[in-house]
Amino acid sequence: MKEKITRDEVRHVARLARLELTGQEEARLTDQMNQILCYMEKLNELNTTDIPATTHAIQLHNVFRQDAVQASLDRAGALANAPDSDGACFRVPKVI
Amino acid sequence: MNVHSLTMHELRSLLVRKEVSAVEMVTSFLERIDSLDAALNTYITVLADSALENARSFDNGVGDIDASPLAAVPLAIKDVICTKGVRTTCGSRMLNNFKPPYDGTVIERLRSAGAIFLGKTNMDEFAMGSSTENSAYGPTRNPWDTDRVPGGSSGGSAAAVAADLCSGSLGTDTGGSIRQPASFCGVVGLKPTYGRVSRFGLVAFASSLDQVGPITKDVEDAALLLQVIAGYDQRDTTSVDHPVPDYVSGLREPIRGMRLGIPREYFLEGMHPDVSAAVEKAIRTCRELGAEIIEVSLPHTDFGVSAYYIIAPAEASSNLARYDGVKYGLRVPDAADLMSMYRLSRSEGFGPEVKRRIMLGTYVLSAGYYDAYYRKASQVRTLIRRDFLDAFQQCDALVAPVAPIPAFKLGEKTDDPLQMYLSDVLTLPASLAGIPGISVPCGFSSDNLPIGLQILGPHFREDIVLRVAYQFERAAGCTGRRPGALPR
Repeated sequence: MKEKITRDEVRHVARLARLELTGQEEARLTDQMNQILCYMEKLNELNTTDIPATTHAIQLHNVFRQDAVQASLDRAGALANAPDSDGACFRVPKVI
Repeated sequence: MNVHSLTMHELRSLLVRKEVSAVEMVTSFLERIDSLDAALNTYITVLADSALENARSFDNGVGDIDASPLAAVPLAIKDVICTKGVRTTCGSRMLNNFKPPYDGTVIERLRSAGAIFLGKTNMDEFAMGSSTENSAYGPTRNPWDTDRVPGGSSGGSAAAVAADLCSGSLGTDTGGSIRQPASFCGVVGLKPTYGRVSRFGLVAFASSLDQVGPITKDVEDAALLLQVIAGYDQRDTTSVDHPVPDYVSGLREPIRGMRLGIPREYFLEGMHPDVSAAVEKAIRTCRELGAEIIEVSLPHTDFGVSAYYIIAPAEASSNLARYDGVKYGLRVPDAADLMSMYRLSRSEGFGPEVKRRIMLGTYVLSAGYYDAYYRKASQVRTLIRRDFLDAFQQCDALVAPVAPIPAFKLGEKTDDPLQMYLSDVLTLPASLAGIPGISVPCGFSSDNLPIGLQILGPHFREDIVLRVAYQFERAAGCTGRRPGALPR
């Protein structure tokens, strides 16, 4: 099987995806992604020059609504599921 | 009288005639869940107290039993749809303690129709899977054979209906996640047209594909449920403002003279012989009902798996970026800095299949690969969509198998993700095209596993799909058989 993605690339993609993989996960994903990406080669059997891309099956135009004030989630509701907050804001580990 | 084995519309007539009280009825379901669900694991959360409270309101006259065809009907909801104040896990450790601050639109609509929620059902994590084995809360088992999977990702919703642990349920379908488990569990499952049902409050997997739909004991129930959940919603920008017809009254019209297309690419080499036999018999039944059967071609069927498993993971990798341990969801304690907190929380919160799809999606969208994968797949999606539009020039609906095999064994495909993906080959194209489709029982394999018939229709023609399914169901009489191993 041709190698489509190397273990180094898997590590790079994991960084982009904000995932921390174990060595075992890295090895397994390298194998599995290679197998899956090789299967996807199949798409190259089709000539798609000049075929437009479909991003949504139902074509829609911009949808606008009245720019009117409506009730929204209150602060307590928005913070209720937060792992950490100070009652007014979400709290996260030090950034700078 | 076992109220739990009745269809929604049968149960309703007992409730309206006061032959059973709502509390008796709900109690009967809760007792059955109590005795059977330890083995089947269809529910993640059972809502005993609120279900009984709602039932009492109907019995003491506060709730109006005549208010709607769903009043006091006990339903189960896939745990990917937000229910206010009720834990919504998406089958993930990530959302183990998540209590949404609002109801999804479909929940709002069902609540105002008077439906009673028995609980939230098990599923593949974030709806990614075809077997309900990818749940952080353990796999669901197929009520017909507990060594086998119920299908997925809405496996809990389908198995709960099949095992009479609810009257009907909601599932979601992104690439077959309603139709395939309905087929594996011998119940009816309808995926509506993309845009027919609001996605507001449905936790996103692949936003251009996700749809909510009913899983029920018969076709009439599917029409009743769709009637309530369908319609435009300002809060979902992809919801389509298209008139909602009366689905139930449309069922009774015969299908004589209707043209039904048989897509030749859907009869795969290597398909289980019992599946092809059951589907061929179903086609004969449709012909006997007066439908004209014509062979059609959907030439790009074979490219559906590749296109789908690029597009859906791409959208998923973007949607699941929101799980960062800040606003909700799991956070590992004591991370040194923000970036480690993100990475460690996500790695601990997500299971292997979700990580695999995030990795695939991130890869196909990354610099240098976007055109070769994501753009290419989106172009092939156009070809697949055109296949259906062309076919519907020649016929009113398509009739085909749902899956090439009946329910497989637990563990059979878990080590080989590509084999699992390939099992979705017959449901993915309709999802990519955004058209409606139903699975209706059409027979059993020699080892007594249910087989489903897939009926696909043009965009927004759920009425046609339901009518063909209803007329077939009445003629074939495969619906209503219940798993023999379970107590009645």
